[in-house]
Amino acid sequence: MNLTIFLLALFDGISYAALVFIVALGLTLIFGVMRILNIAHGSLYAIGAYATVSLTGFFLALGFAPVFAFPLMLVSAVLVGVLLGGPIEWLLLRRIYDKPEVLQLLVTFAVFMILEDVQRLVWGTQPYFQASALQALGNVTVFGVTYTVYQLILLPMVAIGLLLGLRFFLRHTVIGKLILATTEDREAAQSIGIDAERVFLFTFTVGAVLAGLGGALASPTTSILPGMGADMIVLSFAVVATAGLGQIGGAAVAALMIGLGRSFAVYVWPEVAVLVPYLIMVLVLLVRPEGLFGSPVARKI
Amino acid sequence: MTDISQNSTSSRASRRPSARTLLTLAGVLLLVAVPLIAPTMQLLINLALAKGIAVLGVTVLLRAGQVSFGHALFFGISAYVGAFLVASMPGADMMLVLACGVLGALVAGLLVGLFVVRYRGIFFGMLNLAFSMIFWSILEKFYHITGGADGIRLTRPTVLGLEMERGGFELVIFYLSIALMVGLGWFTLRWFVSPVGQVFQTIKTNETRLEYLGLSPRRVLLSGYMLSAGLCGVGGSLMAMTQGVVTPEYVWWVRSAEMVFIAVLGGAGSVRGAFIGALVYEIVRIYASAYAGDIWQLLLGGFLLVIILFAPGGIMGIADSLIHRKGTRQ
Repeated sequence: MNLTIFLLALFDGISYAALVFIVALGLTLIFGVMRILNIAHGSLYAIGAYATVSLTGFFLALGFAPVFAFPLMLVSAVLVGVLLGGPIEWLLLRRIYDKPEVLQLLVTFAVFMILEDVQRLVWGTQPYFQASALQALGNVTVFGVTYTVYQLILLPMVAIGLLLGLRFFLRHTVIGKLILATTEDREAAQSIGIDAERVFLFTFTVGAVLAGLGGALASPTTSILPGMGADMIVLSFAVVATAGLGQIGGAAVAALMIGLGRSFAVYVWPEVAVLVPYLIMVLVLLVRPEGLFGSPVARKI
Repeated sequence: MTDISQNSTSSRASRRPSARTLLTLAGVLLLVAVPLIAPTMQLLINLALAKGIAVLGVTVLLRAGQVSFGHALFFGISAYVGAFLVASMPGADMMLVLACGVLGALVAGLLVGLFVVRYRGIFFGMLNLAFSMIFWSILEKFYHITGGADGIRLTRPTVLGLEMERGGFELVIFYLSIALMVGLGWFTLRWFVSPVGQVFQTIKTNETRLEYLGLSPRRVLLSGYMLSAGLCGVGGSLMAMTQGVVTPEYVWWVRSAEMVFIAVLGGAGSVRGAFIGALVYEIVRIYASAYAGDIWQLLLGGFLLVIILFAPGGIMGIADSLIHRKGTRQ
């Protein structure tokens, strides 16, 4: 493996890890606060990507500059969060917080099945491709390797920005502290006047926006196909499980491990590349059943 | 959900044959008569029975309060083992194909099970999903061995050394499916009331107390997991022999989702419900696909939500409450 290939694999891994991290961040945030694993998260990711492609295509056809694709990504992500995430929590999840874990899982799975078909009804089965955002930023050459600015600089910066931003938000703002308090002890939080229902609605919407944003940012780098949501939920679960459910900082490390593992496998042994994330997850879980950064939970008897 | 699963075991204990037993008997007899009274339905019902046996595997796990989103893995492994066996050994016997397929599913169940029984709830469900996705991508990627997305043909195996015509073979496999349904259904019911089965079901209620008794929940869950993998294997093998071709679609998550859906539809934790659910599901699907092929998953998801939120007992729960209401009126 010479330097060029090494660098290519490294860059692939970093940009891929950044994308997966953004999606996993939403998943782990929702789980951390609400103790619900949202399987429909993968669909929200896919719908974010589809919405971006459609909106960008529409506005470019009207004659807008390609740079306009960036605000449209944000718009799509917020639309996903507000139009889908909010109602899902408000109409469905709210009814099942006291139900067994398995039922909660089945409910989000049902939502996932519904949204998979909704995508197909709205956007059909043909692949979409819309790379104007990627082209708008041009390329950069590092040690003789030319790579897109979008993937090498923008994506990791957004990922780091979200990680730091979310940490700051949770620890140093009033709403963030309300969320942390509700996570710690819902009843105690309610007894001092925190509206837990609103906290949950807000958290779920933010998580859904992150899923949509992940899809929006991924859309210029890949072709948008049915089934991408299913792949992404399993992959982001692998990241979140490797890190430990609910571990926000850990998810960044796990995403990097999995992203780099996968991209190096692509150059070394392409057939197994798709398996690498799961192999990493299984290996980590064999040694540490709660994930790298998770801690064992005290059991109730 | 708990009430229904306990009802079904306690009803067996009563001395007089209950309405439930009589209805089951009538249902099985009706199925036996299908090739005579409705030959066009035979293939459809055969596929439903194969699926029903696999759904029984998911049902077993639901009794322990666990849900697996990847049990199509064992369904598919069994089918592929059968296909490879017939390819390397043309004219292999049907029972050999079935036995090897189930053996393959059991071995896979042991390997995956050893890992996943360390987890419950979310992790249990999602790790199963991950394993099935791994196997699915292996099937797709190593196409020079597995035939990729086109899959491989499973030429008709022999029956007791006899080469059979298509019609005859379909009849044989139809009755084999019914026999397996009755046999495995009975076995599973007996297993639930056996000591291992009883301990297995306490995983749902309180695992820690189980440990205080000196029992290992993991080992018990593993035995139930192996049973469920084996049942999925039987279903997969029957399905593969009936269809004559195996594709990666056998392992695709949609298939696993379908199995979970049918188990919940029939009545989570009910053995009879698994088969009734599978029959209802297949028949509705055949007639609905003409009108609603594009939104099939959407309908399934919507219906799943309705069952979970408003009729958690599924079909068996509704039937039970009907029978019960009649009983109190008399």
